[in-house]
Amino acid sequence: MADQATFVEQASPLMDGLYGAALRMTRNPADAEDLVQETYLKAYRAFHSFQEGTNLKAWLYRILTNTYINTYRAKKRRPDETDLEEVEDLYLYRRLGGLEGATAGRSAEDELLDHITDSEVKDALEALPEQFRMAVLLADVEGFAYKEIAEILDIPIGTVMSRLHRGRKAMQKQLYEYGKQRNLVPRETEPTPTTT
Amino acid sequence: MSDKCDETLTELYSYLDGELTVEVREKIRFHLDDCPPCGDIAVFEVELRKVIASKCVDKVPDDLRARIIAACSDEAETP
Repeated sequence: MADQATFVEQASPLMDGLYGAALRMTRNPADAEDLVQETYLKAYRAFHSFQEGTNLKAWLYRILTNTYINTYRAKKRRPDETDLEEVEDLYLYRRLGGLEGATAGRSAEDELLDHITDSEVKDALEALPEQFRMAVLLADVEGFAYKEIAEILDIPIGTVMSRLHRGRKAMQKQLYEYGKQRNLVPRETEPTPTTT
Repeated sequence: MSDKCDETLTELYSYLDGELTVEVREKIRFHLDDCPPCGDIAVFEVELRKVIASKCVDKVPDDLRARIIAACSDEAETP
């Protein structure tokens, strides 16, 4: 049984990450602030039921996600399962891999990765339909394992893998679009075939 | 590209995610070491993830942090 007196000490260090996740989920700073505050209060009240030594981060993200679904997602009245168009595997690599960048001696990949901005990365993630966005956020920003993501989102592991795979491809495509807008990527050529 | 490349690239994301069995991970690792084109792809995907993780960072505003901690203290004092 976890001791509430230690809650703030244990949970505080995770606040920046939870806040970032809240921003990606709500796409609205005021809502994100409310969401994080509500999450911490719920977590505090439930802390006596948290098993010390188990994964506090996953536990908090689960509360964040459930609070988001119950409180904020309901507000929007948008269809839950928005789909994604099919995107090629290894979308970015096929367009950049092995190519020379605009700066002599820099590869096209380095050129994009070095110059893509924080806003562009956040926008690319936020452009994903929610179910894909949450999977990519939990895996690629927060570093959770498939099993943890499955528990946080309350979905089967197979669904985690599928959403991750499709979400990542879509995000790569979006990053490529930003790269094109800023002339960070070579002129469109035939994508390099990497599989038959 | 060969069958081995196809197999490796199909499982690449799971491999980079730290999933799959020890045996499969070892096979993929050997192939990535042996095959420069596949190795190159893996390096790029790892770099891309580092960039995404490092740029998707936010800092909680000081006043929000203070409010949250205060709210928890208020809860503690409530009988």
